[in-house]
Amino acid sequence: MVIGQSTVLAAAFPPSVEDFYLPSILPWGEHDNYWFTKVTLLIWVAVAAIIIFFLVSYRKPKLVPTKKQWIAESAYGFVRNNIAVEMIGPAGVRFAPYLTTLFLFILVNNFFGIVPLIQMSPMSHIAFPAVLAVISYVMFIYVGMRHHGPLKYFKHALIPPAPWFILPLLIPIEFFSNFLVRPFSLAVRLFANMFAGHMLLLVFTLGGFAMINANVLLAPISLLSWVLTVALTLLEFLVICLQAYVFTVLTASYVQGALADEH
Amino acid sequence: MINLYLAAEEGATEHNPIIPIWQEIVVGSVAFAVLCFVLIKFVFPQMEKTFQARVEAIEGGIKRAEAAQAEANELLEQYRTQLAEARTEAARIRDEARADAEGIRQDVLGKAREESDRIIAAGNEQLATQRESILRELRSEVGTLAVDLAGKIVGEALADEARTRGTVERFIADLDTAGTTGGRR
Repeated sequence: MVIGQSTVLAAAFPPSVEDFYLPSILPWGEHDNYWFTKVTLLIWVAVAAIIIFFLVSYRKPKLVPTKKQWIAESAYGFVRNNIAVEMIGPAGVRFAPYLTTLFLFILVNNFFGIVPLIQMSPMSHIAFPAVLAVISYVMFIYVGMRHHGPLKYFKHALIPPAPWFILPLLIPIEFFSNFLVRPFSLAVRLFANMFAGHMLLLVFTLGGFAMINANVLLAPISLLSWVLTVALTLLEFLVICLQAYVFTVLTASYVQGALADEH
Repeated sequence: MINLYLAAEEGATEHNPIIPIWQEIVVGSVAFAVLCFVLIKFVFPQMEKTFQARVEAIEGGIKRAEAAQAEANELLEQYRTQLAEARTEAARIRDEARADAEGIRQDVLGKAREESDRIIAAGNEQLATQRESILRELRSEVGTLAVDLAGKIVGEALADEARTRGTVERFIADLDTAGTTGGRR
């Protein structure tokens, strides 16, 4: 029976991009129908979980917090004090609610990547990081324009304080890095990390099955492969937290740059 | 198995992981919007309020303690001034009492002196009167004695009353002068 199961699993080896595109749940089993798949379901689960947790734990806030309230406050307090205020300054409190929402959304969705039996992060589909990156992009430009006025903002963002003869070189570079690369780097960084993480786990898990399937003598190496899967899951946990943090910090940093009065 | 493997290979050309699926963009946007709406509208403002309330509670506690401390200090100061006042008052009363006692003493002393003076004066006066009366008695007695003596010595009664009286008067006057000169001597 074990061999039968491993045969089935090994069939998918080596893992490919197609492993990220699971069949639709509703209508059941249909390919190329993306409205209700495992990934979109997980997005909704994440949203529901975060909302329910916060509403329940913060329904009756007390001065001396309960344990649940304390956890909810810590999440907000962490982003508020360690990211928003730290990066943007006192004005950052204004952005703390959005940044916290962003952080929690990415963190929980990333976390699905290592939850046993789920082990699939929606963030490994570029559509979701892209949405978040576009929001960050629009937000920092809007904030900058409102703070400085549209014309002055672009002047501020594009023209660094440099001798005039370097400006023809610097302005395109600034434009490229500030207004073209930023949303892509944000989206791709998160997506690629999650994608690669999932791929790594797939390779080591399925590779173990593939080897034991090919030759029973390779069983010890299969075992090693599975142990490595566990280790990689722990590493993945680090990446999950780090990427959620990085995405939030970069968004805060872009907002800070847009609000800054000089370079 | 090779077939399945090939199928997977073929499938790889179907999807490009870098191209977002528009349905997922829609779902992601809506889901994230819902999350943002709920958290930003209902949860985080509450948290800010709680943080603020907590800060106020702590600051209020500190302020109350400071007020109590200030009040205690004020009371202490008040007690101190009161104590100092009481001390000066006591000193003043003591001084007054001392002055009073001195006055009374002087008064009593004066009265006593006066009394003694009065008593002495009265004694002197009495003495003088007694001396005067004794002197008068003595004078008359001495006169009579002298006359008796003289009568006895002369052996005859002096008939002339007037002459006798004159003689006696003269004698006493002589005695007087002799007495005073003798007293001086």
